[in-house]
Amino acid sequence: MTTVTAQAGNIRRAQAQRAARGEKHELPRAERWRRRAPLLPALIFTIVVTQIPFLVTIWYSLHSWNLLNPGSEQFVGLSNFADIARDSVFRQAAWNSVVITLGCVIVAMALGIVLALLLDRPFRGRGLARTLLITPFLLMPVATSVLWSMAMLNPTFGLFNWTIGLVGIDPVDWTSTYPVVSILFALVWQWTPFMMLLVLAGLQAQPKDVLEAAQMDGAGWWRTFASITLPQLRRYIELGLLLGIIYVVNTFDQIYLMTAGGPGTESANLPFYIYQRAFLGFDVGQAAAMGVVVVIATIIVASAALRLIFRSFDVKD
Amino acid sequence: MSTTAVPTPVTARPAPRREGPRRRRAAGTLLTTLTWILALGFFFPVAWLAMTAFKQEAEAQSDPPTFFFTPTLDQFRAVMDGAGVYVLNSVIATGVSTVLVLALGIPAAYALSIRPVEKVSDVLFFFISTKMLPVVAVIVPIYVIAGRIHALDNIWTLVVLYTAMNLPLAVWMMRSFFQEIPAEVLEAAAMDGAGLMKTLRSVLIPMVAPGIAATALICVIFAWNEFFFALNLTAAQAATVPIFIVSTMTSEGLFLARLCAAALLASLPVILAGWIAQKQLVRGLSMGAIK
Repeated sequence: MTTVTAQAGNIRRAQAQRAARGEKHELPRAERWRRRAPLLPALIFTIVVTQIPFLVTIWYSLHSWNLLNPGSEQFVGLSNFADIARDSVFRQAAWNSVVITLGCVIVAMALGIVLALLLDRPFRGRGLARTLLITPFLLMPVATSVLWSMAMLNPTFGLFNWTIGLVGIDPVDWTSTYPVVSILFALVWQWTPFMMLLVLAGLQAQPKDVLEAAQMDGAGWWRTFASITLPQLRRYIELGLLLGIIYVVNTFDQIYLMTAGGPGTESANLPFYIYQRAFLGFDVGQAAAMGVVVVIATIIVASAALRLIFRSFDVKD
Repeated sequence: MSTTAVPTPVTARPAPRREGPRRRRAAGTLLTTLTWILALGFFFPVAWLAMTAFKQEAEAQSDPPTFFFTPTLDQFRAVMDGAGVYVLNSVIATGVSTVLVLALGIPAAYALSIRPVEKVSDVLFFFISTKMLPVVAVIVPIYVIAGRIHALDNIWTLVVLYTAMNLPLAVWMMRSFFQEIPAEVLEAAAMDGAGLMKTLRSVLIPMVAPGIAATALICVIFAWNEFFFALNLTAAQAATVPIFIVSTMTSEGLFLARLCAAALLASLPVILAGWIAQKQLVRGLSMGAIK
């Protein structure tokens, strides 16, 4: 496996070559458009499908409009946003989003590192062990939700309660009593293989000569790990956390199927709460305004995250 | 790439020299045992799902759980009875959107790597930022607009949305594959007077074929598993496989064994594809950053 850095080297080399040929500067107008042509269909498609709905969201967010009440649409300025500021359920959903996203990503990464380290040793059947370990990630999220809420965590016939019953713990109605924890079980189980795969790729990209040199010098396992492996892994860990956050923050399937945001609104995250307002309450204005707030929050977090991404991918003009 | 083709591992971790070889071997056995316990532990819920799918309902919902039973295919038969239209919809939404993603994404990646446009990083930034845009923020207008143009419960609406959902990933991934093509190859093609289409067809596409496969795999996984858009924008006509699982659940009480059979069958294509293409999976999940 080549490393991210090797790729960066290739990019720089190619860029240097192109720069040397003078391709970068003073391109004639016709050539500029010839270069843009292959890009434009994808770019225009993406702008139309992703940006126009978002502009419409902003427009709706300034209106009071309930779908059940035709003709109720009217301009209300920022009052939807004022309502959100007073909405304690929204705050709770925002908090749940943070807890679920960070909880899942951090725990999955910790487990992923342990599993990757264990898999980075030669032993018989390693390919099979790796195959077994990645399977949770390949299961359809809807299937994962069903599996955890019914087969594993069900209070009467779930396997989990039976297992803890063996050591004398009373059965627990997991999805009602600990809804967020139940969701985290399913999410961590699903995302650990993802983190493991990324970290394992990092481990296997370590330069072997450096490790051998460390061994020659008599560095112990921990020394080698802390001073060579961990710094090398940093990039892979950052990338895993970042991609994990992008995906997990949008979690909907597990919440919809395992707890329906309940009991009450105890385990609703922002995607689920906005869904409820839009498709169960038909409150377009409120739902749109919440969408806008979420996007603003995302932009703030993402601009920091994107800098990290660009460092990981080493993108340059 | 077969599952056994794991790259040669880093040599055994350097153990301090004072440890004897016997002690080191004991530690190795211990770690291998631990690895297997964890691997089987992680896999166990999937195995349990599969086992339950072969049970009768009474065995599936027994307390204590039933571990030994006579396997039956009844649940699979029941599931397959009504699944046809959902599977067809999923195949259309997944297949067509993946083809569209590749048709749009490959030329775009070319324009961001081989013969780059100006401001490459701004364009890449734009594409990745659309992945960060929460889907919930656009679902309301998409629903309203689709309703106005009579595109609700229409499989082509999902095709368009899944294409938009996967296109940024494909652009990033394909770009990383194009970056690996040595400049000399391109120069040689240009020297021979090959035009853009010819260079793409006869030089670039064959060289990045593994990349196209990896990109397609990721697009297929995400489109096949997609639930949120399907839930909100489809009803009886255009519903996909994930919706089928949910409909199995809510119809007439709980049929756990049947539900597990549906969940297992629905997941099987992606599980098999992922098992077979593990290396491409890693590259795809990291959007091309990790090889």
